[in-house]
Amino acid sequence: MRARVTVFPRKEILDPQGKAIRGALERSGFPEVREVRAGKSFDIDLGTEDTVAAGERLAEMCEKLLANTVVEEYEIEVLAGERA
Amino acid sequence: MRCGVVVFPGSNCDHDVYHVLKHVLDQDAIFLWHEDTTLKSCELVVLPGGWSYGDYLRGGAMAALSPVMTAVREHAEKGGLVLGICNGFQVLTESHLLPGALRRNRDLRFECRDVYLRVERDDLPFTHRYRAGQVVRMPIAHGEGNYEHSPAELDRIEAAGQVVFRYVSPAGELDDAWNPNGSARAIAGVVNAGGNVLGLMPHPERCAEEVLGNADGLGLFASVVRGARARLAGAAR
Repeated sequence: MRARVTVFPRKEILDPQGKAIRGALERSGFPEVREVRAGKSFDIDLGTEDTVAAGERLAEMCEKLLANTVVEEYEIEVLAGERA
Repeated sequence: MRCGVVVFPGSNCDHDVYHVLKHVLDQDAIFLWHEDTTLKSCELVVLPGGWSYGDYLRGGAMAALSPVMTAVREHAEKGGLVLGICNGFQVLTESHLLPGALRRNRDLRFECRDVYLRVERDDLPFTHRYRAGQVVRMPIAHGEGNYEHSPAELDRIEAAGQVVFRYVSPAGELDDAWNPNGSARAIAGVVNAGGNVLGLMPHPERCAEEVLGNADGLGLFASVVRGARARLAGAAR
């Protein structure tokens, strides 16, 4: 089973990278863009088909390593059935 | 004092710290490897600057989970002295041995220049050779030194006296123009509640000899190796 974890800066924290990208988009002809938040994503292949157990394990991974929860938040999306 | 300088893959200020401890201050300094599981009787452990593990994921995140950090954590929890400089500070926040997090600099640039710091506490094992309010000059060299925490936690660490160094003007005034990376409340260095674990972004090891044109950083190392033990007991507030 595959899953995608996305990690973003917390909303209350200034995201200098997202702000710079928004400015660049504005200068590139996309003035309608109000906000960009730049994060990162991880595609993870787990050796299980149990989506509940996988979700719990992925949350542990985020808390322990993938996200720094002092300044970042994360979302977990299970891509059930897909194979890498 | 027996001092251990931890070498992670990608550390690049390890020899500078070793030089200051061994040759400038005449201490029993050794290197510790990131795979070591003991600290070899070191009383002081220094996590040096550099790019441990290539800064993969986040600065300090991979190093925080390396084998030596289990021993460093046990040492810190027993009241042992730990100093993290630059990437070493990032390792300490990622290990939750120090509060907060270090994010990309406000203007996204790597900042490599001298800054002015105000010493906020002079009663710590790391700072008793300075005076509270003293302004010192030290170099910085980092892209991720923007200290962040939630406002409530910032209030808490301020009240607990855990802010040790702040970026200031040469006259010692808080001024956003002299904050090189956008750090919340101009925080450049913090200590844990016990007063035995310090992290800072500037590099005291790069300014610890007059021959280098600046010895303002020597006071930090001299504080630790001379008289730190007596101050450990009184450091916690």
